[in-house]
Parts: sequence; structure tokens; C-alpha cells
Amino acid sequence: MRYTRPRDRPPRFINVAGSILPAFVLEDMTGQQHAFPDAERTVVCFIKEDCPTCNLVMPLLEAASSSEKATTLTTGQTNEGNETLIKRHGLTMPLLDDSTLKVSFAYDVETVPLVVLADADGKELDRLVGFDRNEWSTFFEKHLADTQIDWDDYPEWRPGCGSLTQDPVIADRLRAEAENSPLRARKIEIAPSDDVHEFMFDQGFSDGLPVVPPTPERVIRMLEGTPRDSQELVATMPPNMAPATIEKIAVNAVLAGCRPEYLPVVIAAIEAICTDEFNCHGVFATTMGASPVMIINGPIRERIGLNVRMSALGQGSRANATIGRAVRLAVRNIGGAEPGGTERSTLGSPMKFTMCFGEWEERSSWDPLHVERGFNKNDSVVTVFAMSSGPTLIVDQSSRSAPQLAGSFGLSMDSAHHVRAHNGGDGILVVCPEHVDTLERDGYTKADIRRRIQEVTTVPLKDLVADDVSGAGIDPARVASMTDEMLNRPSPKFASEDNIHVVVAGSDAGKFSAAFHGWASGPMGSIPVSRKIDV
Amino acid sequence: MTTILDPTDERVPIERSVTERPTEISGTLALLDIAKPRGNVLLDRLEAKLQERLPSIKINRYTKPTFTKPAPEPLRQEIKASNDFVVEALAD
Repeated sequence: MRYTRPRDRPPRFINVAGSILPAFVLEDMTGQQHAFPDAERTVVCFIKEDCPTCNLVMPLLEAASSSEKATTLTTGQTNEGNETLIKRHGLTMPLLDDSTLKVSFAYDVETVPLVVLADADGKELDRLVGFDRNEWSTFFEKHLADTQIDWDDYPEWRPGCGSLTQDPVIADRLRAEAENSPLRARKIEIAPSDDVHEFMFDQGFSDGLPVVPPTPERVIRMLEGTPRDSQELVATMPPNMAPATIEKIAVNAVLAGCRPEYLPVVIAAIEAICTDEFNCHGVFATTMGASPVMIINGPIRERIGLNVRMSALGQGSRANATIGRAVRLAVRNIGGAEPGGTERSTLGSPMKFTMCFGEWEERSSWDPLHVERGFNKNDSVVTVFAMSSGPTLIVDQSSRSAPQLAGSFGLSMDSAHHVRAHNGGDGILVVCPEHVDTLERDGYTKADIRRRIQEVTTVPLKDLVADDVSGAGIDPARVASMTDEMLNRPSPKFASEDNIHVVVAGSDAGKFSAAFHGWASGPMGSIPVSRKIDV
Repeated sequence: MTTILDPTDERVPIERSVTERPTEISGTLALLDIAKPRGNVLLDRLEAKLQERLPSIKINRYTKPTFTKPAPEPLRQEIKASNDFVVEALAD
């Protein structure tokens, strides 16, 4: 689905007779300044050279300029256009230079020609848009009665043209530069002799891959993705405990390559990782190496084109790739977590670039992740998990029954961290569609999968003792003080079935599911957090 | 000329220098255990050695609730208010 700009932003200037019009001073082509308001009555006109209707009315504006009843200030939108108009129509009246379009922007000109009559205080008295012969002739008879016009020479009606200020690229620049611009971030000017991309690498803004320059125009466009105020504080981000405002998040979303409609997802994910439960300081600082894995549920998946099918955990989808990356870049740039600084992972992980995907909710009859976590099916939700590795593939092309297949999930997930690491924390199981079919054929639910994983991984504690094969496991010195009852106590892989998070994703072909292995779980580590996406 | 917006928290870049080291240790010294396994072992040994060499100094022991999170603000304030020196033990 294509993103459309919200149109509910109020116009900057309300077109109501009696409103005070913006004051301005503009130079004409000879450098002489013209101020508004400065006369008893002024006719302010906006035209552009390549508009046929503007060319049609140029003789009328020239006639207006000779009237004693009002001062006429005719404003062109490009310098070259003004020169062309003067030559083409043999104009004697001055044309004012608004090539920066600041005045046109201040007047919120949508269509040219636009003609506004104002009194000495700058109060609007009357207005013409486009060309309607009756309206124009009435206007001239009423306000410029000393002019002589043969109205029969003019057509009844001609539409106007779009003002240059409405050109999307120009409009974004003008909004970024306007006095009421939502941008407050420090502006960095990069010299023309500098390569913009190299500059951004040198400044450390990048994760090692090229980033999109966050120009004011791009950030303005990104902010269109949320109705929230640009200066609203979303979170205080470790390790620098820096304020992550909507604007700063938008700047990093631009860097990452996001489209504006992804921004609400990025904001919700940052809210989630900056909670005490998720503990992103620990997640990024740990030598073990952990990354936020973001799983998206709900209607927003469709709206932003998030991939839930073939290669959902891989590359090729802009939404998947850039949302995860935006969160990581925000942590790096706003929070200050950089490898070698407070980010100390021994090996790191490609998940530290990005890891975001959606659940293919429609492919199974099971409750999707966000519903299991207490949200409504129609809510859009991001859930963040701290995972130390993954996706690790679970290859089972042979099992034909649900207990066998879920048994395979358990046996494969038993390797998380170490086969002797039991009673552990969170893990994610991503079930592929062909495996879903096998499981559903036998009536298995997500709860049945969890139960079976715990069942097949459960061993007595005595099987987890360190030995000559591996020094990892229960310290043999401790075993001496343990009773038989303790040594025979059943020990499943996960501390609780609640630690096993099951989602569906992937293509229809292939019996390949996958697991993500967790990090330190619980209050001393990281607890998965879900946040509703503000759409 | 390209203009971009600063993606960082805009802290003014400050050249940081190491605090000047006093020539002798006196007063009160904090030993902070970050709660990693065996950090306390290291600090026990350090405390014993320091008391042996510098019997006049007072030693205060502190422990973070967990190594995974920054020290809570009250703990940081207490260490700063009550001590002249601090040694933080990393372990593993």
C-alpha cells in the first residue's frame, strides 16, 4: 500500500476576508525594495511565468499597476520567469523577486494567479484565484474603477496553475526553513569539497554501512509519519541517558533509510527497549552479545509492506531492514552505545545491524504473539526480545506427526547457549508454514508446542554435571553435597513454558523453522516488552 | 553545501583528560563490586593488601544490585559523598 501524506495539517494562513496578511519586503529586478503594507490600499499578486493563465492576466495586472486606487505588487516565483514575463508582455510595472518562495509560502499560495486586496493595515478585503471573467471584472470595477479593460477580449474562465511552493521537494524545504519549523536539532553544514557520505562515516553516525543524509527536507518528510509533536520526549536512552525526542528518532530513521510510515513502529520499538524491563544498557554492553529482535503484529504489517513470508528474517524488504536498523542507529547516535565504548560484545552479531520481522498471523489458526501477550487482534504491536544468537535453523523434513516435529524443535533448541544450560530464559521459535500444517493436522496449538519442548528437553539434574568432555555444567564439587532427590530433579530447557515465544513466518515451501536464543532473562537481565504502535 | 541534522544527543565534544593522580592515598576509599561472579574475591584480596600497606585509610565496600545495569543514582551519590577514591572491580 502506498503511503499518503496526512492532509489534516491546518493551513498556515487562513483564507478569510478580514485576516491580517503577512508583511514582507521584496526587491524588484532593479534592486529597489517594495514593502507591504505601505499604502492606503495594495493589490498583492502572485504569478509564475510558465502558467498560461498568469500570462493571460499580465495585461490586467499591468493595468492595475497604473490605477490610482491602489498600489499593485506583483510577485514572480523565479528570477528567470520574471525577466521572461517583462520581455514577453512589455511590462513597465516592477516584478518582485520571490525566488526563495518565502513570501509565497507565508501566504500559503496554492494556485496562481492569486490576487489579494488589502487595506493600509494589511487586512484582506478581497481575493481572486485563477481567472473567472465575472469575478475579475467585478473586482476591477469595485476596487480599480479608473482602469479601462475590454473584458470581451478575455475568456469566461481559465483554471490557475499550482504554485511552485506546492512542489513536494520545494514545499519540504520551505517548511524546514519556516519560522514555525518543527526542527530543532543542530544543523551541520558540510562543505561542498567534502563528500557527504564520507563525512558521515567520519563523524561516526554509521553502523558501517552507508547512511542516508538526514537533510532538513528528509526529516520534515519523515515527521509526516507521526502526528506526535517533534519535541515530545519518547525515552531517556542509555548509556548517555540522552533525551530521545520524536525529532531525533526521525533523524535516525532517515539515516537508516526508513519511509515516513515506518516511523511509528520505530518510535514504539524505542519506547520498548528503553524500559527498565528490557534493560537496553545491559543488552548492548554485555560481552555475551545480545541484540533487540523486533517482531511486529497487527494491521500495520500490511500497511507498511513488512515481510512475513519468504525470507522474512533475511534481506530484501525495506521495512524489515530499515526499522531494525533505525532502532540500532538511534541507540548508537542518541544513546551513545558504540562498539569499543559501552558496547562490548566479544563477537558481535549480524543482528546488531538489524533484526525485525512480522508474524504471518493469517497462516495459522493460532493466536498471534500480540494476542497471547494481551493485546487485541486489531492492535498493531511491536515486541522486543533480547537475543544473543539466531536465527538458527531447525531442519526436519521427515517428521509427520506433531509430537515428533515439536520434539525436533525441543532437541534443536536444547543447544541454546550450551546443551547443559537448562532452566534458562527466553527463546523464540519461528515456525515455518509447512511445519504449521504438520502441527495443525494433529490439532497442536502453540501451548502444545511449548509443552512438548519442555517435555523432550527435560533431563535429571545429574545429566548436567561438568565432566571430562566439557567443563560446562554443574560443578562436580557441588554434586557431592547434593542428595539423590536433588540430582534426579527434572530440569527442562526453559525455566517456564512462558519463556518460549512462538511465531509463524516464512515461505510456503520448505520444512525449515528457526530459533533465536536468548540472553540473561528476568529482572537481572532482560524481559521481553510489547508496545502498541501509535497509528 | 549540504546541511544535515545532527543525529546525536549533541553533547559538546569535550577532550577528556584523566583526573590528576594524587601522590598518596589517604582518607576514605570505596571498593565497588559490580556483582559479577568472583568480583568479591578480587576485592577481598585488594582490601587486605591495601589495609596492610596503608593502615590509616578507611575502606568502604559497596555492591551494585546487578552488573547488567548502571549503578542506581543513590548508590553513585553515596559513593561520591563518602569517599575520596574508588576502585571498581570487573571480574569473570
